[in-house]
Amino acid sequence: MFRRSKLLVAALAAAAVTLAGCADNGGNEPADTGAQSAGFPVTVGAVTVDQRPERIVSLAPVATEMLFEIGAGPQVVAVDDMSNFPADAPRTDLSGYQPNVEAIAAKSPDLVVTTGDPNDLIAQLTKLKIPVYLAPAAVTLDDTYRQLTELGQLTGRVDEAGDTVTRMQDEITKLTRDLPKRTAPLTYYYELDTTYYSVTSTTFVGTVFAMVGLENIADASDPDGAAGGYPQLSQETIIKADPDFIFLADTKCCGQSAATVAQRPGWSTMSAVRDGRVVELDDDIASRWGPRTVDLLRVVIDAVTKVPA
Amino acid sequence: MNETITASPPAAPAGGRNAAARLPRPARLGPAWIVGGVVAVLVALVAGVAFGPVSLPPGSVALELLNLIPGVRLDSGLDEREIAIITELRLPRAVLGVLVGATLAVAGACYQGVFRNPLADPYLLGVAAGAGLGVTALIALAGGSIVLSGVVPLTTPVAAFVGALGAVGLTYLLGVTGGRDRGPATLILAGVAISAFLSAAQTYLMQRNVDNFREIYSWLLGRLSTAGWHDVRVLLPYTLLTAAVALLYRRQLDVLAVGDAEATGLGLNPRRTRFVLLAAASLGTAAAVSVSGLIGFVGIIIPHLVRLLVGVSYRLILPMCLLLGGAFLTLADVLARTATAAELPIGVVTAFFGAPFFVLVLRTAKRVAV
Repeated sequence: MFRRSKLLVAALAAAAVTLAGCADNGGNEPADTGAQSAGFPVTVGAVTVDQRPERIVSLAPVATEMLFEIGAGPQVVAVDDMSNFPADAPRTDLSGYQPNVEAIAAKSPDLVVTTGDPNDLIAQLTKLKIPVYLAPAAVTLDDTYRQLTELGQLTGRVDEAGDTVTRMQDEITKLTRDLPKRTAPLTYYYELDTTYYSVTSTTFVGTVFAMVGLENIADASDPDGAAGGYPQLSQETIIKADPDFIFLADTKCCGQSAATVAQRPGWSTMSAVRDGRVVELDDDIASRWGPRTVDLLRVVIDAVTKVPA
Repeated sequence: MNETITASPPAAPAGGRNAAARLPRPARLGPAWIVGGVVAVLVALVAGVAFGPVSLPPGSVALELLNLIPGVRLDSGLDEREIAIITELRLPRAVLGVLVGATLAVAGACYQGVFRNPLADPYLLGVAAGAGLGVTALIALAGGSIVLSGVVPLTTPVAAFVGALGAVGLTYLLGVTGGRDRGPATLILAGVAISAFLSAAQTYLMQRNVDNFREIYSWLLGRLSTAGWHDVRVLLPYTLLTAAVALLYRRQLDVLAVGDAEATGLGLNPRRTRFVLLAAASLGTAAAVSVSGLIGFVGIIIPHLVRLLVGVSYRLILPMCLLLGGAFLTLADVLARTATAAELPIGVVTAFFGAPFFVLVLRTAKRVAV
């Protein structure tokens, strides 16, 4: 009995030493890494990044576009399955909608950029000590600029991010500078999908159109925002409103085009169909609040300037 | 009543006039019921054309309807777009509602008669699960990568149709090859099994393709948002076929009610009759589902309602199901379109209003029979 208790004491002592050693290792953050650059560690909102991240995982297409635009592409090791721009982004099976935390952690990321928090993703990643930057859906372009700037700070690309923002702002100023003045604003219908879901002017894409002076026919269907800015319209309402422009944002997902719209029964009576003012947009550009929003604006302004004031 | 009992001899049915007067007559649908049914359909059609999210003056709508008669040219004061709303959007939709409602109701009555089960509805043998899986598979596999214009709208009905018939075929194979009891009960069990399996597969596909979720879900809830006459042209032959077969076999359905053994003794082939009726009903249901999605409640409620109104003989029930089913669905569609700013899924409306109405009628009836 005496021998057993001696064994027990010895085992406990060994365990205590090991645990202390582990704790010690955890506390000893080596401060001599060559990769540490000026500006780090940096804290943006709730995220703190200690060194410049070299293994960034992006879980949303718009985040991927932003990261590559500010020059952080070489630091990105994995992007989600929906990120199709730029084409050379390292696409994987990771899902931003239904994220598998273990799969993400398996990439050993030192920064994860995402646009939503399904299934408590952020809490789980934080428990694994992985910094997560949340870029929620932008409401205006100012949100886009802010997200670009913050990503620049987090990735050590502050100057490039600033250049991107300035470039975007200059482009937009140039594009919107010489718009013709109209007595009555032109109206438009923005089609999200083949079941006639649309957007109001309170959404990001709605504010882009408002910049050009266009009036949205869907605003009347969601006056108090009950539909979250995405009301479903009925064909009757659309035909009766007879908008000056029809913008199709379901060209890639659902195969719609000016030709298919003209074939819809009853739509051939609309002036936009008759006068060729059905504009096909690129789904991806129209649905992302990233740097390519400027391209969307350019397409819209091209269409609008063709209509004499 | 008392006079009759004391006046005629109770034991001996002999005695010409009294006996002849008391012989049971074959059930016949009185003209009053048929006229009532037709009037209901017409009222539903007119309501379907007159009401909608865009309010149009009723007089002009009526004039435009008259303009449909070839050779009639009246000026209703509506512009081209409003005329298009009436003739290209509302009228086809109302007619489609009548056709879908009629098909589902008569198919439901056939199923209830064949299975002699008051809970039978047209989706019993897996039509709903099969069609849902077909559409989900198409949207999940084709969504996002189809560049050809118009392919998805064209083939969704085909996928639904093929899926529905495939599921029914599987159910039939499973039900007919099982055990020694090849009666309707085995078929129902097979239908439940196939439905469960296909629904699970469909749920899995939906989970894997969340970005198409809304499109698939809106199809599953059922909608009559059609435009133009294409869907009507697609559905019409199937409706006519199902209605014709059902009406031709309505006497046999009545005979089936006495049981297989007795029916065989009376000269009927119950297995073949069941097969023909189920095939016609399933075909009609598959076609209806392919153009309108999964609209529930019509197939189970309308036959019961009709039964409470006209009696238990299928010779009365089937024609009335055609008429009242069509009227009910079109009126429900009017509600779906006009109740709120956003269109309600029609399956929600049919359940919302069908269920309490049915409970009300049930409470005033003396007994429920199938």
